[in-house]
Amino acid sequence: MDWTPLFLTFKLALITTVILMVFSVPIAYWLAFSKSKIKPVFEALVSMPLVLPPTVLGFYLLVAFSPSNNFGNWLETWLGLRLIFSFEGLVFASIIYSLPFMVHPLQAGLSQVPKSIIDASYVLGKSRIETLIKVLLPNIKPSILTGLVLTFAHTIGEFGVVLMIGGNIPGQTKVASIAIFDEVEALNYGAANQYSFLLFAISFTILLMVYLVNGNKINRYIK
Amino acid sequence: MINIAVNKNFEERGGDFYINFKLAINHGELVTIFGGSGVGKTTLLRIIAGLITPDSGSLEACSEIWFHDVQKINVKPQKRNVGFVFQDFALFPHLSVRDNLLFALPKGDDIAIISCLIEIMELGHIQNRKPETLSGGQKQRVALARALVQKPQILLLDEPLSSLDSSMRFKLQNYLLEVHKRFDLTTIMVSHDVAETIKMSDRVVVIKDGMVATYGTPLEVFSDHYSKEKSIVKGAVLAIDKATNHVSVLLGTQVVRIELSKEKLKGLQVGNEIRLEVKAAL
Repeated sequence: MDWTPLFLTFKLALITTVILMVFSVPIAYWLAFSKSKIKPVFEALVSMPLVLPPTVLGFYLLVAFSPSNNFGNWLETWLGLRLIFSFEGLVFASIIYSLPFMVHPLQAGLSQVPKSIIDASYVLGKSRIETLIKVLLPNIKPSILTGLVLTFAHTIGEFGVVLMIGGNIPGQTKVASIAIFDEVEALNYGAANQYSFLLFAISFTILLMVYLVNGNKINRYIK
Repeated sequence: MINIAVNKNFEERGGDFYINFKLAINHGELVTIFGGSGVGKTTLLRIIAGLITPDSGSLEACSEIWFHDVQKINVKPQKRNVGFVFQDFALFPHLSVRDNLLFALPKGDDIAIISCLIEIMELGHIQNRKPETLSGGQKQRVALARALVQKPQILLLDEPLSSLDSSMRFKLQNYLLEVHKRFDLTTIMVSHDVAETIKMSDRVVVIKDGMVATYGTPLEVFSDHYSKEKSIVKGAVLAIDKATNHVSVLLGTQVVRIELSKEKLKGLQVGNEIRLEVKAAL
């Protein structure tokens, strides 16, 4: 059995999760506390990957990043980044695709923190950022764990977006879910079963751990 | 010491709510803000702390301007250095009692004040415990200690004793009074308990519908202004005994039995309010 697709899957999931963790905190903070009138627009945008067929997202990313287009061309000339049919592109697409799975738990956690302890922190001389780091984040640990695990697990489960933007390049963009499809196409059911079983077992273990740690807190994020 | 003249309009579900506070509080006073629920008591504290920004007016405290609409001054709550004890205490759940106090310590300040406050508030035996394991009275003391770490000149207390039983209440009232004197504070406390207000305050501000209705010493505010031999109190009829012409009336927490004439008993029903004349007897 070729372990590369599995290795690639976990590398992608790990990088995506770490990057999303950093970016989602300010987004979730804004969504949780802003009273702006345009907030629903951003809430809808963040939630889009939940309802959109992955192929739609993949298609637009493919068009946007294609070197024959202005933006794709600019990325390649100035940053040396080619985001289609490359691992970097997969990371980028995964970040967008898994965004709601990180932002929603964080946002829910942040908006449940009692207002008075935030006020208390301000009155005690702590800035918004200090309050976020020292008061808010430590009090939403279960939400952070939920976000991390869901993002990781969801990235493992990607298929459509990856296929659209990454293609099927062994060692670069051929993640486990694609490898399974590939093996089935080649009527190689034994290998497909091996990958499938491993993904099944790993995903189950991860989710089981979260449920055990968090009780039922992640119910509403899984459809 | 504190001069407040502020306006704000709140748009709420039940219609707009307008507040207009004008108030001057002297240094070292303990002032109680008194009134029913939803009249704007907590709002006044939050405006002083900077957690609510008024629409217009000015607020001056500790010889500084904290808010001025024309001069466009609005000092952030972080810079006002007031002590604030919230109604739900607002202790940080993830920090121990000692760490809650340390959190409040400004950078570069002497850490000795933490141990000092732990001793004064008798928190030594619980200093390593998390807030969720504490009783109401203990939480209250921690919240008070934490509010004093920054050595504020102004202490704001939002119904600090309302969730405690009467014996704990009595003990903590004394704590508060001692702290108020010892740290030379100007204290503003929200309460809706008359006995507590009279015991603790130098002056009382009665708030009605977002405005200062009365401001004076507790006795001025709460007692009748005209001296007379008899006073009228109101009570609720609990039971009527037609056989003996007696009614049981609830006065505060006391039930009294009173004999009435047959004419007066006519038409009287349980739940009616009746007025009683009271005269001092020695």
